[in-house]
Amino acid sequence: MNHSFIYFGGLLGKLSLKQLPHDPLTIIGAVMLIMVPITAAIVLTLTKRWKWLYREWLTTQDHKKIGMMYIIVAILMGLRGLADVVMIRTQQAVASGHAHGILSASHFQQIVSAHGTIMIFFVAMGLMFGLINLIVPLQIGSRDVAFPFLNATGFWLFFAGMALVNVSLLIGDFSATGWLAYPPLSELKYSPTVGVDYWIWSLEIAGIGSLLAGINFIVTILKNRVRGMKLMLMPLFSWSVLGSMFLVAFAFPILTVTLTLLALDRSFGMHFFTAGGGGNMMMYVNLIWAWGHPEVYILVLPAFGVYSEIVATFSRKRLFGYSSMVYAIWAIVILSFIVWLHHFFTMGAAPDVNAFFGIMTMIIAVPTGVKLFNWLFTMYRGKLNLKTPMLWFIAFVVVFTIGGMAGVLMAVPPLDFQFHNSLFLVAHFHMMIVSGVLFGYFAAITYWFPKFFNFKLNERFGRYAFWSWLIGFLLAFVPLYILGFMGATRRLDHYSASLGWQPLFIVAGIGVVFIIAGVLFQFAQLAVSIWQRNTNRSGSDPWGGRTLEWSLPSPPPIYNFARLPLVSTRDAFYAAKRAKVVSTQPYEAIEIPRNTPLGLIIASGAFLFGFAFVWHIWWLVIVGLVISIVAIIYRSLDPHPTITISASEVERIERSYKTEVAA
Amino acid sequence: MTDMTLTKSKRQTEQLEQTNTAVLGFWLYLMTDCVLFASLFATFVVLRHNTFGGPSGAQLFSLPYVLLETLVLLSSSFTNGLALLSAQRKQVRPTLIWLGVTFMLGATFLGLELSEFHKFVAMGDSWRRSGFLSAYYTLVGTHGAHISVGLIWMVVMALYIYKHGLGRLSLKRLRMLSLFWHFLDVVWIFIFTIVYLFGALHA
Amino acid sequence: MRKTKIWLGVGLALVAIVVVTAVYLSGVNIPVLEPKGPIADQEFRLLLLITGAMLIVVIPVFILLGYIVWHYREGNPKRGKYMPNWEHSRWLEGLWWVIPTILIAIVSVITWRATYQLNPYRPIASNYQALKVQVIALDWKWLFIYPSLNIASVNMMEFPLKVPLHLYLTSDAPMNSFWLPQLSGQIFAMAGMQTQLYLSADQVGTYYGRSANISGAGFASMQFSAKSVSQASFQAWVKNVRKYAPKLDLATYNQLRAPFSDKVHYYSLAYPCIFNEVINSYMAPANAMMAGK
Repeated sequence: MNHSFIYFGGLLGKLSLKQLPHDPLTIIGAVMLIMVPITAAIVLTLTKRWKWLYREWLTTQDHKKIGMMYIIVAILMGLRGLADVVMIRTQQAVASGHAHGILSASHFQQIVSAHGTIMIFFVAMGLMFGLINLIVPLQIGSRDVAFPFLNATGFWLFFAGMALVNVSLLIGDFSATGWLAYPPLSELKYSPTVGVDYWIWSLEIAGIGSLLAGINFIVTILKNRVRGMKLMLMPLFSWSVLGSMFLVAFAFPILTVTLTLLALDRSFGMHFFTAGGGGNMMMYVNLIWAWGHPEVYILVLPAFGVYSEIVATFSRKRLFGYSSMVYAIWAIVILSFIVWLHHFFTMGAAPDVNAFFGIMTMIIAVPTGVKLFNWLFTMYRGKLNLKTPMLWFIAFVVVFTIGGMAGVLMAVPPLDFQFHNSLFLVAHFHMMIVSGVLFGYFAAITYWFPKFFNFKLNERFGRYAFWSWLIGFLLAFVPLYILGFMGATRRLDHYSASLGWQPLFIVAGIGVVFIIAGVLFQFAQLAVSIWQRNTNRSGSDPWGGRTLEWSLPSPPPIYNFARLPLVSTRDAFYAAKRAKVVSTQPYEAIEIPRNTPLGLIIASGAFLFGFAFVWHIWWLVIVGLVISIVAIIYRSLDPHPTITISASEVERIERSYKTEVAA
Repeated sequence: MTDMTLTKSKRQTEQLEQTNTAVLGFWLYLMTDCVLFASLFATFVVLRHNTFGGPSGAQLFSLPYVLLETLVLLSSSFTNGLALLSAQRKQVRPTLIWLGVTFMLGATFLGLELSEFHKFVAMGDSWRRSGFLSAYYTLVGTHGAHISVGLIWMVVMALYIYKHGLGRLSLKRLRMLSLFWHFLDVVWIFIFTIVYLFGALHA
Repeated sequence: MRKTKIWLGVGLALVAIVVVTAVYLSGVNIPVLEPKGPIADQEFRLLLLITGAMLIVVIPVFILLGYIVWHYREGNPKRGKYMPNWEHSRWLEGLWWVIPTILIAIVSVITWRATYQLNPYRPIASNYQALKVQVIALDWKWLFIYPSLNIASVNMMEFPLKVPLHLYLTSDAPMNSFWLPQLSGQIFAMAGMQTQLYLSADQVGTYYGRSANISGAGFASMQFSAKSVSQASFQAWVKNVRKYAPKLDLATYNQLRAPFSDKVHYYSLAYPCIFNEVINSYMAPANAMMAGK
């Protein structure tokens, strides 16, 4: 057990050529993965765009560009997560009885773990932070976020974590212990390869990025609202983000600690969660869910906010029950911290403990139900414009309600004894997260896309995508409920033929084919929309918007608001349109933060640190740490470099929009 | 180019707002650090009896030694306060001197802590020995790591003040630094009570 | 015309799906919905009860959703009054704060009682004395020890009908979750710890059981059978095993501990305190006396 001590022998730690992929599927995956940056590099070189990439993106402090980068990363990672799904579904559709399927057990388990990790941390979180970055400052009438540099650094840390997950495909392996890596399975004794270490450090780094972003957006919303926008006048999306970011600030430090302790166990022979040695494995399970349950609400609350904006806009009505909605958000925020034990009722805790956590869990159904009814009554006596964002919303209500019903069932401890870790549970949380998060973010992208590109996404292809997704999703997950009743658990790489599970697994696989069709339609939608962009110019307010982002030209200028808007009511832009106010105030000079590569450099240091820790290359751990620290110190010597856009320049930019519209 | 410049009063309000924003952000960061320490304390409390045949707190800790550490850290907080007071009076030299004293006290504290760790490890009671010791080294060590960050910050701060004097920015950061230092003090009081005092009492 | 055709197609497809599903499901075993013992049976009844309670809210939501979306769509000329500024109704909002709260309160009471009632540590009332079985989760097999009968088995738990089983569970491997869906819900098996579970069977039969918690490469084959038989055949089985099965001593146990998936085996018990020693081996270094640790 020599490697548990810090030593400098061996310049490359545990790293060697043996760690390169050797089975055909992994090699294919690795080659495809490497092709992404290589293709990008070739294109950049041919079009001579390296400087452009550096100046406009890598060093940017503009929250809108950072938001777009988050979404691009999330979409790319979504494709990887989907590739994982294809392999999981294929394996389970064929590996019945004596058939071994296409994957070995440990490879299958790595894919299952990677799927969960990637979808939650790099797809759902990426889409969420992307949308928050794009929309929140515009909605609250702000020219920038509170801490642009912190925000950019947060993104690059997210990126570094993402990179580390992908490197695991090229060198070494990934965790095969499920997406939350319960010990003692995830301890060195049972998982001796570097897989779990990759898992730990990618989430650690990305998690710290999320924490920074969370702090930034709490302060942004509390401090940067335009004058006149009292909290109770704020759009619901911003409210939801505030709730979600408070959860980030309270929950992510717990994740940081938990992952660190597991890393200490694995790398330095400590005994936090080991079986024996004085460790306590159930402490890990408690800690990880003390973060993990709020995490669900971190993802779902902003999507609730999206639905609130969309339902009001597309019903052409004010949102019904605004204050109820706000109280419901905060009820959910608070309750989400006192329900974590429902993830392991089967631990054998006393019935009063189990019953308490079960009942707390059910209480969450009340504020969630209130939100549902308020949305329904926003549509009531409205004029419903049933465009794709609304279709996603309606599908959400149906799927989320079914999934929520399953959730209440599992909140009853004795029933959870029958559902825990079964495919019933898998169906439940996919129904919650896909409808409550992914559908919401799809709706959001359709809704806000024209704001940033000045053309709408093609409606017809949007509908094709929607129906393929919905049918595929139901086909993929309704069978899993039944399989759960039949005794099938999650993460099975094969099963006995006599159990009669195979037909249902095949149906679920067919569902994935539909989902892939949905994804292809989404890409086709994007392509067609770009192709026809000149005939589809949307202008600044394509949907009859109600909130401030629609008052800006599309795409918004770097400083967002040339003149800060006047706000005295909810739905400020709707009110302004009705009152036909035109400001004639003179333009003023605007300060914006100067670009800097330091955020990228800090994250690069973190990446090196994480990679070196995975492989126990201790000198490189120190190098990575020093790079990050020096970059932080360097930044602190010149903390607020800004450039000023002169009033005449602002005027020129604003006028260019007007001539564009006239033309 | 009059339109290149912001008016003076506007710039002042903006600076004030920036300071408020930064302070709020820093408080939020401290809160997240509180959650971090709270998780570590919880871990320690859960594992404190899991000695797995190794020594317990009562067998390891020497209260007078820890008391000495505590006094050193508390006095560093005091001298840090003096540095802030001098800074508010715009006296550069005393500020730097008090910062230097704070640094020395902080470094002494860190040295005492490391030598205690070294003593335990030399006796064969390293973090590998038991769940209790893993939790002990990690909790106290995380505090120590924060102290180290504080020390680096102090050096950077001193250089900055030496070069740029005591402007608005220096003061703002000095305030944050002392907030951070006091926060670490409070955490230490908890460590002293929960780890050492209770550890030594509950034999 | 075209629309009618589409709806007709959708309707036919749905009917076809329902029929095929029904035919398929009638031919397979659905353990959670086909309980064969008192514990699983109570859990099943509870499932029906709570589902019913949930439907009280869910069905109106679906009806309301369908009606509102259909009726207030822009293309409907008979849409009725458009009220763009209607945003609040104390009465209505109160209604949907209060009604779900009441419903959840009722369900909470049911939950509280059921959680006590179905506490896995709670003995089953029965005329028979409970049979004690020690269960050790190994990589990747289940070891069942019958301390009072001096026998043991791997991946097969045989027991007499109607007699309550009192299981004590631990693990000498990563954490596993013991699940025997037709007889009872799950409980974790964790190294260095002991959990308990009562269950019993009302009918003769062989039931599917498995681990529900990932435990490494052989996790998928971490399954076992539970076989309930008549008293007489149980006695005969015990006698047979004692007489003919190989001995389970420390050496055999340590071979079993190695990570591999296994078939069904029977043993006569030569070293009775394996279960306690396994637990103790994780509690202090001095106890790790068993070979291979």
